[in-house]
Amino acid sequence: MIELFFQYLVAGLTYGTIYAIVGIGFNIIYNTTGIINFAQGEFVMLGGMTAVSLHAFLPLPAAIAAAVAMTMVIGGLIEIIFIRWLEKPSVLRMVIITIGISILTREAALHLWGEGVRALPYFTGNEITSLSLGGVRVSPQVLWALGISAVAVVLLNLFFKYTMLGREMRACAANRDAASLCGIPTRNMVTLSFVLSAGIGALAGCVVSPITQTQYSIGSGLAIKGFTVAILGGLGNSMAAVAAGFILGILESFSIWVMPTAYKDAIAISILLAMLFVRPSGLFGNREAFRLKEF
Amino acid sequence: MLSARYRHILSLVLAVAAVHAATALLGREFYLTQLTMAAYYTLVVVGLCLLMGYAGQISLGHAGFFAIGGYTSAVLTTLNLSAWKDSPFVSLLAKLSILVGRQDLYGGQVLSVHPWMAFFIAVLLTLAIAYGIGVPVLKLKGHYLAMATLGFGTIIYSVVLGTQRFGAADGIASVPAFTLLPGLDVSGGTAHRTANYYIAWGLVTIGMALLINLIGSRVGRALRAIHGSEDAASAMGVDTARYKLNTFVLSAVLASIAGVFLTHYNGGIGPSEASVMKSVRYVAIVAVGGMASLWGTLIMSTVLNFLSLRGYFGSFDDAVFGVILIIIMLFSPEGILRFDRSAVARIFRGRTQAREEN
Amino acid sequence: MPLLEVHGIGKRFGGLQAVKDVSFSVRKGMIKAVIGPNGAGKTTLFNLISGFLDPDTGRVSFKSSAIHGLKPHQIAGRGLSRTFQHIKLFSHMTALENVMVGRHVKGRADFLDGMLSLPWTWREERGLRDRALETMDLLGIAAFADIEATSLSYGQQRIVELARALAAEPEMLLLDEPAAGLNMRETADMAKLITMVRARGVTVLIVEHDMSLVMNISDEIVVLSYGEKIADDTPLAVQKDPHVIRVYLGDDDA
Repeated sequence: MIELFFQYLVAGLTYGTIYAIVGIGFNIIYNTTGIINFAQGEFVMLGGMTAVSLHAFLPLPAAIAAAVAMTMVIGGLIEIIFIRWLEKPSVLRMVIITIGISILTREAALHLWGEGVRALPYFTGNEITSLSLGGVRVSPQVLWALGISAVAVVLLNLFFKYTMLGREMRACAANRDAASLCGIPTRNMVTLSFVLSAGIGALAGCVVSPITQTQYSIGSGLAIKGFTVAILGGLGNSMAAVAAGFILGILESFSIWVMPTAYKDAIAISILLAMLFVRPSGLFGNREAFRLKEF
Repeated sequence: MLSARYRHILSLVLAVAAVHAATALLGREFYLTQLTMAAYYTLVVVGLCLLMGYAGQISLGHAGFFAIGGYTSAVLTTLNLSAWKDSPFVSLLAKLSILVGRQDLYGGQVLSVHPWMAFFIAVLLTLAIAYGIGVPVLKLKGHYLAMATLGFGTIIYSVVLGTQRFGAADGIASVPAFTLLPGLDVSGGTAHRTANYYIAWGLVTIGMALLINLIGSRVGRALRAIHGSEDAASAMGVDTARYKLNTFVLSAVLASIAGVFLTHYNGGIGPSEASVMKSVRYVAIVAVGGMASLWGTLIMSTVLNFLSLRGYFGSFDDAVFGVILIIIMLFSPEGILRFDRSAVARIFRGRTQAREEN
Repeated sequence: MPLLEVHGIGKRFGGLQAVKDVSFSVRKGMIKAVIGPNGAGKTTLFNLISGFLDPDTGRVSFKSSAIHGLKPHQIAGRGLSRTFQHIKLFSHMTALENVMVGRHVKGRADFLDGMLSLPWTWREERGLRDRALETMDLLGIAAFADIEATSLSYGQQRIVELARALAAEPEMLLLDEPAAGLNMRETADMAKLITMVRARGVTVLIVEHDMSLVMNISDEIVVLSYGEKIADDTPLAVQKDPHVIRVYLGDDDA
């Protein structure tokens, strides 16, 4: 019984990591540009699928690095082609455009890779290897996933807090016009935010691929869940997104105890709707500040 | 006011007949099937056009309402209560003709809900759900509204996909014909093809007439005002919350009715009708038709749906609508036909002004 | 009994107390102005009276019944109309259509009536349209009826907004900076229109920066500064009030 509990917990944490990363990706772009990028989930998909293809002739670490790099380039290209030249678009317009981009990306992936499910090999061992942690059996891949994601999040945090570039991006988020007047190249900051978002998404996609597997269609579901996580934690708050991601992952995982698995996806959406109706500023968000924002 | 509207509706009727004649002449009567299906999708889309273009509220979940209508009707008309036909309640329903006996595919006797009854239940259910979800959802604005409606559509999709009673991934098949009047059936099959073509487009014509009347009325003017400036409309005495809600519900009911009819026509329904992709399509069509142009939306919907159903977009079907959406949103968020100020374009405007009455 | 009574209303936004304990009344048939430096809380006050904001403290009563906490459309239904500081005409609609919306409260046709185009609605529409046209004629803008409202000149748009607010035959009109952005001649014309409106029995409460307009047409003036009322008197008295002079009229604003 306890065994089962911990298995569910671990599964919840694993999926929660991906949700958290997608949520963080949303936040990076949202913080810099105010845009809600619905194509966020596609970055995760692209990372995993590209890595699988590259792994055919590259060693695993190189394949992953290359896949992440390529996805970052794609993220930047998307921004440059579709978004850069728009004049103060409304958030709604951007949501619809990014939905369109997500559709195109998915269709391209479908034609490129087909409908099949793919997965990267386990980084260490295989699907039946497991470590014993305090009496609980855990796949090493889970540790890889949690570990690499944690490192990525910490690095991102350090980047935004302590580097010049990171602070410039935060300035952009706070007040675009003022930042521009300070000489910050805001257009490039926007592109950079897309590049970073794509990178972190792709990395997560690679790292979780052995466990959750990758398919051309996983993007939109992840986008909705990532958005849920971002809202749950409070739009723009990346640390809260991590907590929110784990909460969602665990709730989903344990829902199997009370609901048929088929309805698992509905949980995220129900949380999303509940948050939007009741507390759109998020669990950890500032209600007053949220109400003063123009939506 | 009236003469202009009637002219437009008459043009639609004539066009429908003309297209039929054209297909007959060209020996391509089989086009009527896709044109009939396109009509039902068009009914969804014009309702959405009212909501998006006139009341200014986006909905990325309208396929959900289509599915509510279709699935309700499908489930009720394929129920088999014959095992309970001796129970007092069931036999009472049968006596009231709410339940009818019919033959299924294998010649067995089945006791299901009468299609008309199923239709009413579907509409009532849609009303309830639309009002229920509309109240909290319409308090949201902009992209939050978009995501909430997207969420709603996804829940419906998850439910129909994941529930055995709704056929899960396979959907529901063997949905019987819907006898509107003796001799007039909504169902597929070549024998009924022409009649169904006119039934479908008849429904669209009625829908257009109602919507055009609404837009030219006091309510329609208030809706356009809400779209123009919600604050000012409110200050002028327009109960914006109620108007937005009613418009939302109206568009939901139209989608639901389309769902019922198309399900009977196709003889079944599947979870793809509730998918996000379908909702996005509807939005793309409204966007490209001109968000406040009913006629533009009707034309675009007919053309695009027909081409899509005939398979002209091949495996790029979804991609086409994605591209359309992006292009319109990038270059002309208000919709392309709106900026065409020629006299021809004026014919395709859904808004008829009070002054035309004289 | 005054037509409009504002008693002790206050509103705070986060750390900022925008309006604090403001009380005044407006008698039927008068033109009362609210003036004050930028940020004094004038527009917040208007939003509190017209239902766009709910007061944290105090009451607002119109025609002896409380209206604070009501929604804007309900307040409009009771005979209180308003215009906006930043013109909010309805885009993609003609000037006449804009004014007809102003008369929305006088109509009854609802969704079903509209969809079925019931015959009695035609009569109602004709009536709405005729009266709207009359209102526009009264203000001298009947010629703009069929022109798209947002394509008119700024000054003309201001008058359309005024017509729209008048179309419902309100008992009281709240005008939020009706002369903002107008040149001297247009401002003088606006002053004439407002006086004419009052002559027809409409009580007016006006927020304005333009001192010539305010001093010329107002019966009484309320002066706000940092959200508090510092004077409430005739124009002459206000002009001489040392506190007011210190806070406001000392600027080279007029």
